[in-house]
Parts: sequence; structure tokens; C-alpha cells
Amino acid sequence: MSTVAPDRTPQPRDPSSGPGGAAAPAAAPVKQRAWKYPVVYSVLALASLLVFGLLAGGGKQTTFTFASRNDFFTIPPLPVPSKATCVALGLVLVVLAAVSIWATFTRRRLGVWFPLLFGIVFVFAFLTWSAAGAGRMPVTALLAGALALSVPLIFGAMCGLVGERSGIINIAIEGQLLAGAFLAAVVASALQNPYAGLFAAPIAGALVAVVLTFFAVRYWVDQIIIGVVLNVLVVGVTSFLFSTVLTQDPATWNARQQLPNLPIPLLSDIPVIGPVLFNQNILVYLMYVVVVALQIFIFRSKWGLRMRAIGEHPKAADTVGINVNRNRVLNTLLAGAIAGLGGAFFTIGSGLAFGKEMSAGQGYIALAAMILGKWNPMGALFAALLFGFSKNLANVLSAIGTPVPSQLLLMLPYVVTVLAVAGFVGRVRAPAAEGKPYISQ
Amino acid sequence: MTNGTNPSDAPGTETSVTGQEQPADTSAAGGTPTAGGTPAAGGTPAANSVLRDIMSGSWLVSVLSVVVALALGGVLIAAADPDVQATLGYFFARPGDFFIVAWQTVSEAYMALLRGSIFDWEARSLVRAVRPFTESLVAATPLILAGLGIALGFRSGLFNIGGQGQVVLGAMFAGYFGYALGLPPVIHFLFALVMAAVGGAIWAGIAGVLKARTGANEVIVTIMLNSIAGYLLSYLLTQSWFKATSSANPASRTIFDTAALPPLLPDPFRLHLGFVVAILATLFVWWLLERSTLGFEFRAVGENPDAARTAGISVSRVTILVMIIAGALAGLGGAAQVLGTEGKLTGGVAGTIGFDAITVALLGRSRPLGTFLAGLLFGAFKAGGYLMQSQTGTPIDIVLVVQSIIVLLIAAPPLVRTIFRLPTPAKKVAA
Repeated sequence: MSTVAPDRTPQPRDPSSGPGGAAAPAAAPVKQRAWKYPVVYSVLALASLLVFGLLAGGGKQTTFTFASRNDFFTIPPLPVPSKATCVALGLVLVVLAAVSIWATFTRRRLGVWFPLLFGIVFVFAFLTWSAAGAGRMPVTALLAGALALSVPLIFGAMCGLVGERSGIINIAIEGQLLAGAFLAAVVASALQNPYAGLFAAPIAGALVAVVLTFFAVRYWVDQIIIGVVLNVLVVGVTSFLFSTVLTQDPATWNARQQLPNLPIPLLSDIPVIGPVLFNQNILVYLMYVVVVALQIFIFRSKWGLRMRAIGEHPKAADTVGINVNRNRVLNTLLAGAIAGLGGAFFTIGSGLAFGKEMSAGQGYIALAAMILGKWNPMGALFAALLFGFSKNLANVLSAIGTPVPSQLLLMLPYVVTVLAVAGFVGRVRAPAAEGKPYISQ
Repeated sequence: MTNGTNPSDAPGTETSVTGQEQPADTSAAGGTPTAGGTPAAGGTPAANSVLRDIMSGSWLVSVLSVVVALALGGVLIAAADPDVQATLGYFFARPGDFFIVAWQTVSEAYMALLRGSIFDWEARSLVRAVRPFTESLVAATPLILAGLGIALGFRSGLFNIGGQGQVVLGAMFAGYFGYALGLPPVIHFLFALVMAAVGGAIWAGIAGVLKARTGANEVIVTIMLNSIAGYLLSYLLTQSWFKATSSANPASRTIFDTAALPPLLPDPFRLHLGFVVAILATLFVWWLLERSTLGFEFRAVGENPDAARTAGISVSRVTILVMIIAGALAGLGGAAQVLGTEGKLTGGVAGTIGFDAITVALLGRSRPLGTFLAGLLFGAFKAGGYLMQSQTGTPIDIVLVVQSIIVLLIAAPPLVRTIFRLPTPAKKVAA
């Protein structure tokens, strides 16, 4: 990843902070061939062929396992010769890179499938290489863990997305996740019912959003500042209550409660992905619903149209009779509730008691996922999954003892996000009016 | 970012705490020609006007914010205390008990906070009684340095959330050059300080260059760089050339004595030269912003980048320079930790200094002197919090609550005025 960005400078773009710059159609340069992606693909393909394949020591095996507890039928562990597999996968990557060069040359557009396919093959090459001669590479566990780590990110990214599409920058996702985790744990523990926590978590997230919008909409305080400060406030309040009330009587206030897994018949019996996707607790299913619903409603409903209007051009929205500030407040509260649900995954979703600062910066990664997903629910979903995957990969790799330092893998999502924001990976543009308080004349 | 479209809305000019509408409320009131043309406090006697200025001035808002925050913190302390909760059980029988116990709990905690930060009147010797004050200064040093960096960014219209990463990089560089090189006494710590500043400057410079060249939002980039710096530090602490071999906890080797910042006071005190560096840095930032051409450009870009560009100021150059100087200051903050107090690099060496620095800069209203004082206050909170935690069992986390409420309130002066029924600053309030 850190390799070379192609030295072609990215086309000078109007900085998104420029006043009104976003409204102008960014004079899309159709004529120029964009050589950026083919170059990146080629470099990655050659690097993986060389590093993973040709330069690696031979004679080792990599064993993939697919087992999980309740499989309909069991796939036996799959041992493959590391070097040969890596060379083969590297060649596939080279072919794919050639395809992208050809496509650029003939001005064809490659669909979304292309980066996905390239990514999957690349990841498999990496896995084969990194687990060579080490323990077994548990594929199902890798994916399941990745999804689990992604759930709060996905909820958080949806929260940020709804807020920013409405024109409110929400840096407080971190705080909302933490508040959701806290209240879910406390309520579930006090009522001895995990589902009670499921109702409490969105309230906690929305409460943080209330403070955010109170200062942002009523007093026009800079939204980034409130967000940062709210994160500190939530950490302070939850840690304080944790150190006092929750530790004085953990049996009442902080007993572990877990949402039970609800396997979906048939679907959960699909090998490998079945147990990963369809043997989950209700929170994960809710996440599917939220993502799909947002994807549809933001772009296909009156509510979504209004949301995008007040986020892009509030004055125009006001002119046609949309109450900008009321919509912003309501949307941000909804967003807060979504983030609160995500926070619940830390505690009742994973069967853990509440711990100090247990959101551990996930809110900021969610923000990154939202940006990488270009303020688009499906995009943010995949970005969040990517982040969750790389994080779990780091965990798994350090567990099975590979030479790859886990810290560098953990760093990767952030580096990708920086590159994305700087315009090296795709082009991202924020809603035009985000962060600007709307003051009707 | 540019709020220049609504100058006629009087409340708007005081809500933003960034550099964009810098003139303090009071001075803005008199000087803004847009506010209907009527001068401040139209026609009232001068004495009345002065009183009004004091009542509505920003410093009063700051003081009242601290008061409100302490009060809210007190409520939380009382609410979480088992003794207080017990009195609630028979509240209607004997309500007095509740108030007495609650008052005792809260005042004990805050008295401990005071004793741990200013002067311990219960200490046995004078040295121990005075030590808390110097401890506050020690804790304040990195906060002031990093806070100055953040404030500089705010004044120039840049939201540098990356203080944390810059502090980490500064600490990393200071630590490495503190033990890796053998240099003569004074030169060594000076060199390590310079390298720490370079480290912070590099980290902030990345964000500055990306912002200037590609328009990448500095908020996002600096947040990401914070995390990257954290992982970089924990990676380095696993590397054999970096970490101490004997230590179980990941930590670097201890720096040489020559690299340690010399103490300002004899042994039981930990106050070190870093505090002098913080004072010098405050003076430097003041000079830079208020007296230098470069600082004028910084402020011009902060107020209105378009106007600054029209006037011939290179906005991208200013962006990069501001970030580099801000990062250097934050890096010095990291150096104060490693070379001044810790003596080595650990995973938690930066603590939450970088994030606290944001609140320090906000509380200081992005002014050098204000940031200095705010840093002292938060340093005092930090130092006092430890004594409070050990003596009264009130967790130090309450300090976070108080700090964040202070900043929230300071960011919204109209809210504080509403709470205390203060007059709004003398200017025509738009409908």
C-alpha cells in the first residue's frame, strides 16, 4: 500500500472547503486516460508475485481450515504448497493488472467487481504467504471475527453518514458508541435481560446527539470542537461511573449479558459464509436492515432527498419550505441512535461487561470508513468490513505466529484513509454544507 | 469554514471559538461597523459601559464556565457516592442529612483536588506543602506546549486534531536521540529537544502538505495520523534496537543523564527546564502572531482565506508553515514528557496530552497567554486529581468531565449568559 503512488499528480481539484466550490460540476476530464489505477494494480501484482511467490522460501505448506461448529457438512482442512500457490495467485494478479491496463487503454470502465476480485486474490496470496509453515489459517474464524469487529464500525459509519449528509459533522461517534455500550450494559444488567439493553443503547447515543445538536444548531458552536469535547465528556462520565457505581456493585450494574445467536434456518447452513453471516445475534441482523434501508431511503425517498438537500444547499432547501434546522436535529438524533446500537455490540452484543474506554477509537475508524465509502451506505459498509478484516487479520496472524508485525497491519486502514482523503484512492467529496451552521436570514 | 456570509448576525460572531472570529466579544462590539452603526452601549455613561464590558466580557464567561463545570462535577461526585445514596433512602424523613453528606463528599473531593494542585496545608513539612504547586507546573508543561501548537492552528483556521500524534512523534524522537547518542551535557538535551520538534513537525507537516497540495481535510488526516503514530510507537517498542532488553513492559532504554532536562529545583521537586521552554514558547507564539509579518499572514488566512489569497498571501505556504510550527510545539510537549519527567519512552508516554491540548487551546481562546493559563489550570487538575483519587476515592476521571464541560460552555458564551442572566455584549442583536 505504502508503495508509490504513481507520480502523476492528482488533478488539481477544488478543495472541498472552498465556498460553493462543490456546487460547480467538477469539469470531469473525460479525455484523459487515468493511469493511476493500472499503475497501482501493476505494482501490487508484481510485488505480490515477487515477495509472496518467487522470493519466498520453498518447501512450506499453508493449511486453510473452514470448520465451524454447526456445519451442514464439513470441509476438510486444505493444505496447499505455499510457494506454488503464491506464484499462481501472483500470476493471476499480473493478468488482472494487464486487464486493467488494457481497459484503460481502450477507455473501458471496469465495474466494482474488479477491485473486489483483485483484493480477494491479493489477500489470499498474502494469507498463503504469511501463514506459510505457521499454524493453520482458520478462514471461517477469520471472517467471523472480521464481521464482529466491523459491526460497531458499520453502525458508527451509518451514524456519521446520516449526520453529514444532513450537514452536521459528527466527530462524537466515538462518544456515542461508548455511551451506547455503557447504557446497554447497565440496563441489561440491572433488568437481567439483554434485550432491555438493546432498547437502552440507542437512547444513550441519541442523548449524546442531543448535546451535539443543542450546541451546533442552537449556539452555532463549531461542530468539530463539540464532537471532540463530547468524546472526552463521555469517556469521563462513563469511566467515572464505572470506577464508582459499577465497581461498587458489579453484580447489579455490570453483570455480563449476551444477546443470543439466532441462526436463520437453511441460510446458516451454507458452508463458510453461512455461519459467518446468518448465525448471529439480532444486532447484526439489525445492522443489515439499517444499511439496506439507508441505502434505499437516502437516495429513493422524500426524507432522503430532504436530507441531502439540507446537507448540500440548505438555503435552497429552506426556500422550498424545508425546515433545515429541525430536519438536521431529527436526523442527527436518529444517527445518534444508530451509533448507540453499534455501541451495544461491544457489551451485550459480545457478551462482555462494560470496561473503561472500551470503544478504543473505533468511532474514529467509523468516520474513516464513512469517508472511504464516499458517504454512501454500501460503500461505508465495505470500507468498514475492510477495516474490520485487516484488524482481525492482524489478530489472527499474531496468534498463529507469523513474521508480519501486527502493528503495521493495524496501521493499514488509517494509511489507506489518509491516501483516500488526499485523493490517491478514488475521489471523495463531502456534502457541501457540512459543518456550517444554517442561520436563516 | 468561511462564515463570512453572515456578519450581520451578531450572535454568530461570538459563537465560534476558532480563530475565525477572533476579536473578543467586547472589542468586536465596538469595532464592527456592520452592527447597525450604533456604537457600543449606545449613549450609556462610560462607567456603566465599563461595567457592562466586564459583565459580558469573555473572561467572566470563562470563570463562570469553570464554576458551572465544577458544580456539575460535584453533582456527579455526590450522585456516585454510596453514603449520599444511603441518605437518599430516607430523604423525606431527614432531608438535611442528604445535603450535609453530599456537601461533605463534594467538598472533601475538591479540597483534595486543591491540596494536590496548589498548596497542601495538611503536609508535615514546607517542602511537601509546596510540592503540589510545582507538580501542577510539571503537568502543565506539555499541555501548554502542545496547546500552543493547537491554538496556532485555530488562529490560522486549521483544525489540528493531531496533537496526540505529534506529541507521540516528539516523544519518540526525543527518546531515541536521548539514549542513542552520546553528546556533551548541555548540547545533548538541546539537540534532543530540537529533534523532538522536528519529529512533531514532520508529523504535522504531512497533514499540512496534504491539505495544501490536495485539499485533504486536515481534521481527518490528523485523526488518522494520531492512530498511525500510536501503532508506530507500539511497533518500535517491540523492536530490539529500540526497546530496553531487561524490561517486561514495553519501554525504550533510559535516556542519558546528559539528555535529561535539568531540574529547576532540588531533589523532591520534579520541576524541570521544560517549564522555562513552555514560557519561552508562549512568548514566541505571542511574538509570532502579534508582532511578525508571518503571524499576520497566519491570522489573515485564518480570518478569511479568500481575502488573504487576493492580498497576495500564499495560503498553501501558510497552511504548511502553520502545521510545521504547530507540530514542532507539540513535539516539544512530547519531549517534556520523555526528557523531563519519564526519562524513557513507554507506550503511554503521551497519555492524552494531545487531546487535552485541544481543550487547553479552546479554553485559552487560542491566545498565547490564555493557552498558558489554561494549561496551568488543566495541569493543576491533573496533579490534584491524583491526590483526590488516592485520598477520597473519587476517580480522577471526574477531571475529564469538568474539563470537557468547561470547554463546552466556553464555546457557547450565550448559554453561560443565559444561565447567569448576564447582559449580552453591547451590540445590536439581530432577530
